[in-house]
Amino acid sequence: MTNHWSDIKNADVILIMGGNAAEAHPCGFKWVTEAKAKNKARLVVVDPRFTRSAALADLYAPIRTGTDIAFLGGVIHYLITNNKVHMDYIKSYTDMSYLVKEEFAFADGFFSGYDPDKRKYDKSTWEYQTGADGYVLTDPSLENPRCVWNLMKAHFSRYTPEVVENICGTPKDKFLQVAELLASSHTPDRVMTILYALGWTQHSVGSQIIRTAAMVQLLLGNIGRAGGGVNALRGHSNIQGLTDLGLLSNLLPGYMTLPGEKETDYEQYIAKRAPKPMRPGQLSYWQNYGKFHVSLMKAWYGAAATRENNWAFDYLPKLDKTYDVLQVFELMHQGKMNGYVAQGFNPLNSFPNKAKVGAALGKLKYLVIIDPLATETSEFWQNHGEFNDVDPAQIQTTVFRLPSTCFAEEDGAIVNSGRWLQWHWKGAEPPGEAKSDPEIMAGIFLRLREMYKKDGGAFPDPILNLTWAHKVPFEPSPEELAKEYNGKTFADQTDPKDPTKVIKKAGELLDGFAQLKDDGSTACGCWIFSGAWTEKGNMMARRDNADPYQNGQTLGWAFAWPANRRILYNRAAADPAGKPWDPKRKQVWWDAAAGKWVGSDVPDFKVDSAPEDGMGPFIMNPEGIARFFARGMMNEGPFPEHYEPFETPIGVNPMHRNNPKATSNPAARVFKGDMEAFGTAKEFPYAATTYRLTEHFHYWTKHVESNAIIQPEQFVEIGEALAAEKGIKAGDKVKVSSNRGYIKAVAVVTKRIKPLKVDGKTVHHVGIPLHWGFKGVAKNGFITNTLTPFVGDGNTQTPEFKSFLVNVEKA
Amino acid sequence: MQLSRRQFFKVAAGGLTGSSLVAMGFSPTAALAEVRTFKLARTTETRNTCPYCSVGCGIILYSLGDRAKNAHAEIIHIEGDPDHPVNRGTLCPKGAGLLDFVHSKNRLKFPEVREPGSKEWKRIGWDEAFGRIAKLMKEDRDANFVAKNADGTTVNRWLTTGFLAASASSNESGYITHKVVRSLGMLAFDNQARV
Repeated sequence: MTNHWSDIKNADVILIMGGNAAEAHPCGFKWVTEAKAKNKARLVVVDPRFTRSAALADLYAPIRTGTDIAFLGGVIHYLITNNKVHMDYIKSYTDMSYLVKEEFAFADGFFSGYDPDKRKYDKSTWEYQTGADGYVLTDPSLENPRCVWNLMKAHFSRYTPEVVENICGTPKDKFLQVAELLASSHTPDRVMTILYALGWTQHSVGSQIIRTAAMVQLLLGNIGRAGGGVNALRGHSNIQGLTDLGLLSNLLPGYMTLPGEKETDYEQYIAKRAPKPMRPGQLSYWQNYGKFHVSLMKAWYGAAATRENNWAFDYLPKLDKTYDVLQVFELMHQGKMNGYVAQGFNPLNSFPNKAKVGAALGKLKYLVIIDPLATETSEFWQNHGEFNDVDPAQIQTTVFRLPSTCFAEEDGAIVNSGRWLQWHWKGAEPPGEAKSDPEIMAGIFLRLREMYKKDGGAFPDPILNLTWAHKVPFEPSPEELAKEYNGKTFADQTDPKDPTKVIKKAGELLDGFAQLKDDGSTACGCWIFSGAWTEKGNMMARRDNADPYQNGQTLGWAFAWPANRRILYNRAAADPAGKPWDPKRKQVWWDAAAGKWVGSDVPDFKVDSAPEDGMGPFIMNPEGIARFFARGMMNEGPFPEHYEPFETPIGVNPMHRNNPKATSNPAARVFKGDMEAFGTAKEFPYAATTYRLTEHFHYWTKHVESNAIIQPEQFVEIGEALAAEKGIKAGDKVKVSSNRGYIKAVAVVTKRIKPLKVDGKTVHHVGIPLHWGFKGVAKNGFITNTLTPFVGDGNTQTPEFKSFLVNVEKA
Repeated sequence: MQLSRRQFFKVAAGGLTGSSLVAMGFSPTAALAEVRTFKLARTTETRNTCPYCSVGCGIILYSLGDRAKNAHAEIIHIEGDPDHPVNRGTLCPKGAGLLDFVHSKNRLKFPEVREPGSKEWKRIGWDEAFGRIAKLMKEDRDANFVAKNADGTTVNRWLTTGFLAASASSNESGYITHKVVRSLGMLAFDNQARV
């Protein structure tokens, strides 16, 4: 979230799209009802199903799954053509006046530089024009046809309300009502928030959907403002923290990135990630990248990371490609992997095309499961009848299952969607011999290290030199680890303004990432978490819920990254002169007398940079402003474009009827064999989407008695019209099949899903909750991801769980 | 604030905890002597965070025992933390069932192994588990570690074993897991954020 949960109360308009907060995040949704009750906020819900969020909405619009870019593109078109944009905001805080290279073009569904054989773009034309001084050329008059504003206007001019209706199936009048309500937040005194979740990420164009939403919010001037922002309601309790800590194939902690194998030069590796400002007077905060990186390597490798060895640059594995889970299971399926460890993760249930995932696991030599619960993955080799029809004798994988503690049996911090690091305490001992994850990691690692010390082996250096400063080596304590990611200094630090004054003594914990150095004198395991555990103590354990400005920021509760800042980009909540856009919403402002930025939140800005200096509010971008034009940062293009899901119920992209190669995301990666496993509307005519229920959490709560009682049995939702067509009554058992397999479940016949008219055809949706499996105390059921396609988003490779094709028949 | 016994229990059932009320000095005067002591009054309270969705609701664990070394703590009740600025004491149907997660009969209690081709689990000790896993990992790493790619560039990667980390585990678990995984040279590494 750019903002956070209780901040939702500050909104005037709330758009829930690609999520269903009332059911999936119920206690966060209370801030939506708070905004409605106390702030007269209007709630808009756009969803294929009339969800419980929709039931509380002032305005609900149905949409065909996977067509959100067309819908939001239509909103952009509406805002521009009706002049409902916050012009003062975008003129100062976005790239609208920047000039784009003459060679950049868009035609027939492709941007310039497409190679259809590689399914990839050469992005060299997706860039600004620069002047002799190296800075980007701009035209503040907005007359130049190559400025971002004019290119964007032209791009979205095609997304008329009629086009939206034709692609999305949203009746034109409904769409216009939504657009009008959203547009009402373009004035400085009104703010809209957007809440989304996996309903946006789990598409082959997921990242571009979210970008389109960000563009809407920029046009309306809603980024950085209380009650505004683009807010990802994340799916798990610490999915934010694990992302922040970089536990993804291509990342390092704090959104730093691993080197690619072509990056052989350390200085260039850093320089590429530390861009110089692209406009005069801009901060470009990532210029500090070297400090964050060197401090990380010092935290991990201590004395073994030296200037001479480029801070142990060779210790980092170099990428030849991203090893995301789809790539890894593809390799596993080809028999190219030998071992796999799943720590609190149930891939057999969680990844698409269960048949492929199960077959892949069976090709491993060893599989290690670390979990509090008996997961399906841990028993992928066992025959569970129709739910998992395998022959154990044929599966030669050695499987270890190690019991781990759950939340109630450990100390530690988890990061909520609002970026709050909240500390929790242990309430009891775990059952049996269960151990904590750090103890299990220590158990495996220390034995490995012992063997490398004794017997040698492949490149033992990083293993032998990994810091392990724990009082009890086999039980690294959460406190020790939290201090390690907060960071410390090895040398006395002096005040930059007065070198005679020592502000940090050697060995002390750091106050924050501003104190990090690139000379090896500081160590910090995750720069954005710096400040979480300082010499003043555990900031994540703070429990002062005071809210002096009554705007929900509670700066004394827990610790929010970065630097305890509650709303990102909050400099943009003030106008270019440093005064709040809306005097009623007091966030941060320029205090001329004090010569600094002050307010109810920690300013997200260089605190002493006066408004007249002209520094832009988006300090992480080298431009200093926010981008409508994404340059080369997205794989499918600098502007979002509608592409159909890989399994499309209409078989054609109405935006590009004459170019079948632009039907679905042209830059998405599809493995051989998976393309063939896609189904067509002829055999599988219905648009399917998966989702969560209020009563269940993923595949955990089927192990929980109370939840198993209130929602005991697998079901699917189909609309009354489809049910009538198929002769299916509520309570009938139905078989739902895709080109990859089938599930059987009870039919819930509902008014909540209505057929939509799309491109001249009638499209029915089938709703498939995801919570069942063959382990648990609920009634056993089929794994929903038996049905889903093995293809991901063009940037993140997040699987397209939310849009695929099925058939439904009476079982 | 004066409360009758009936009002007291009504308020308590409405989401505020009896013990917090007592702490705030709102105990029902005189009424206490008439009834069995409130069961939770004798428990130890521990602040925690709901492990399900990303709202991060504050919860209170109520356990028997006083944290003495030899006293076995058992969690007997879990409810929302009324001081928490986001959930303000409320919980959803998932969070309200947390006690049954902690005590689920499907909690794993001992390390186990399933040998190749076998139909069943076999209980083993931690030493055996760690020893065998470390041996398998080292064999695979030593056999398949790529120190240099075809161009002769140092790449120091190990691609034949992968790791999935858990987005419900703590920062501290995640941090130490990342350290260990990268030091081994693994790239096939993700958590639920990928899906």
